[in-house]
Amino acid sequence: MEKIINKRTPWERIELIRNKARPNIDDYIPLIFDEFYEMHGDRLHGDDAAIKAGIASLNGISVTVISQVKGHNINENKKSNFAMPHPEGYRKALRLVKQAEKFKRPVIFFIDTPGAFCGVEAEERGQGEAIAKNLMELMMVKTPLISIVLGEGGSGGALALGVCDELAMLENALYSVISPKGFASILWKDASKEKEACSIMKITAEDMIELGVAENIIAEPVGGAHEDVQITSENIKEYLLEVIPLKQNKDIDTLLMERYNKFRKIGDFTENVELPQ
Amino acid sequence: MLEDLFKLVKTRFNDSDSKIETDIKTKIPENIMFKCPRCRHVVFEEEYMKNNRVCLACNYHGRLSAKERLELTIDKNSFIEYDSEMISKNPICFPNYDKKQQELREQTDLKDAVITGEAYIRKIKAIIAIMDSRYMMASMGSVVGEKLTRAFERATEQRLPIIVFTASGGARMQEGIVSLMQMAKTSGAIAKHNEAGLLYITVLTDPTTGGVTASFASLGDIIIAEPKILVGFAGRRVIEGTIKQRLPDDFQLAEFMLEKGFIDMIVERKRMRSKVSHLLKLHGYTAVEN
Repeated sequence: MEKIINKRTPWERIELIRNKARPNIDDYIPLIFDEFYEMHGDRLHGDDAAIKAGIASLNGISVTVISQVKGHNINENKKSNFAMPHPEGYRKALRLVKQAEKFKRPVIFFIDTPGAFCGVEAEERGQGEAIAKNLMELMMVKTPLISIVLGEGGSGGALALGVCDELAMLENALYSVISPKGFASILWKDASKEKEACSIMKITAEDMIELGVAENIIAEPVGGAHEDVQITSENIKEYLLEVIPLKQNKDIDTLLMERYNKFRKIGDFTENVELPQ
Repeated sequence: MLEDLFKLVKTRFNDSDSKIETDIKTKIPENIMFKCPRCRHVVFEEEYMKNNRVCLACNYHGRLSAKERLELTIDKNSFIEYDSEMISKNPICFPNYDKKQQELREQTDLKDAVITGEAYIRKIKAIIAIMDSRYMMASMGSVVGEKLTRAFERATEQRLPIIVFTASGGARMQEGIVSLMQMAKTSGAIAKHNEAGLLYITVLTDPTTGGVTASFASLGDIIIAEPKILVGFAGRRVIEGTIKQRLPDDFQLAEFMLEKGFIDMIVERKRMRSKVSHLLKLHGYTAVEN
């Protein structure tokens, strides 16, 4: 893919991805996939509308699609809980990943969430356990897993769909350990320093490539993804059609080893004890 | 939303209960008296220490240093530490992160928030990892992630069981996205240990929260917790901010999580060594005579 030069500051990108017109999974599905059958429920508790999942056809390749759902307006967001899943959302995702493994379908995750929901019921139903389980299980799933960050990718709630063989970022998408607001309020006890947090957190697509978190950046139209959903979708589709056969052609042991090593190598530490001169 | 949260926090500080709390606090010289954060019972620090940092009134199991924990858990002098020299770099060039760490390394006997190694528990060999909340609230950054991952990898290679004593405020913010990735990295190493049919026991200690709850702390074959410790994913104040209500006092305590089905058993500190060694035996790990 050609080199993308994005001059927007992290803060400008936040403003761009918070634009209500920014395309969400519902906009992309009909433009990327030929068919899509939505599947519901975790078979344990309920169906979480914050995560949409189903079986689709990508130019004739059967795939499983799993995504957080960010609404365009308050009504949509009420329904999808502002793209903040409960444990049953993550458990639905895992159920459908296991199904994809059974039928040897690649899985495409779309990440678009400020984070997992923080609430009483989420705690009671084991938000931590649900995310942890996904991280462990996804690492061993014997089918290709591709993740694409569409807008905001926040914290463990994003990572639960982010253990994969390859991660791509839309050009203006962001990925972070916590929302910049949360970061500012934890570290400086001042949520209003959101902008400042943005500038030091290293959350852009380019940062993700540099830190070894992402492998690819998918171009957006000059004004952002909402300017032309059709073109953005074509770019996503082109990327998927390139990467999926590559991963499908690998033998499973190699695929799993490379997936493990993708995460294994991330970390910044030293063991060199400085010797006195 | 966050503004509401601060309002709530303010109310918390302004209500009469908390006022008493702060009043007492100002009158208690540090390191002489201990006030239990659960039942607010006040005792001499010495008495609390003698009771292995367990509240004499309500049985809250307080925070131990990794060294203290090690002494209470393993056979004397049996610990061989792994990766003891590993220190963190500064992956997102966070201002003053290096300096803060340097200070903590000088103040504590630690190089980061976890110690790992192999040891014997009632003569049964196991790999052990202990987190220490004195070091940046035992948040998980590169070093915690790497040391735990290596510990699991060694356990898998040597076909050993592993026991992890968790305590953490969550991901280490100062390392940005790199800290988040440690959740996936450690979970991957656990997946391999799991696949090899080996035993992983998690012991949740006060407090276990955030990204640690959402990764290795929730992945034990057996999950044990100490009494009255805090365990959860989201912070209490964040939830209170979301729902705009004050949560009951027992929310996210070990007993609550047991009731909700996320913990296998609650074990008192004084029985931990014996319980763990019995569980190891039940899984076919045997004592060596020496």
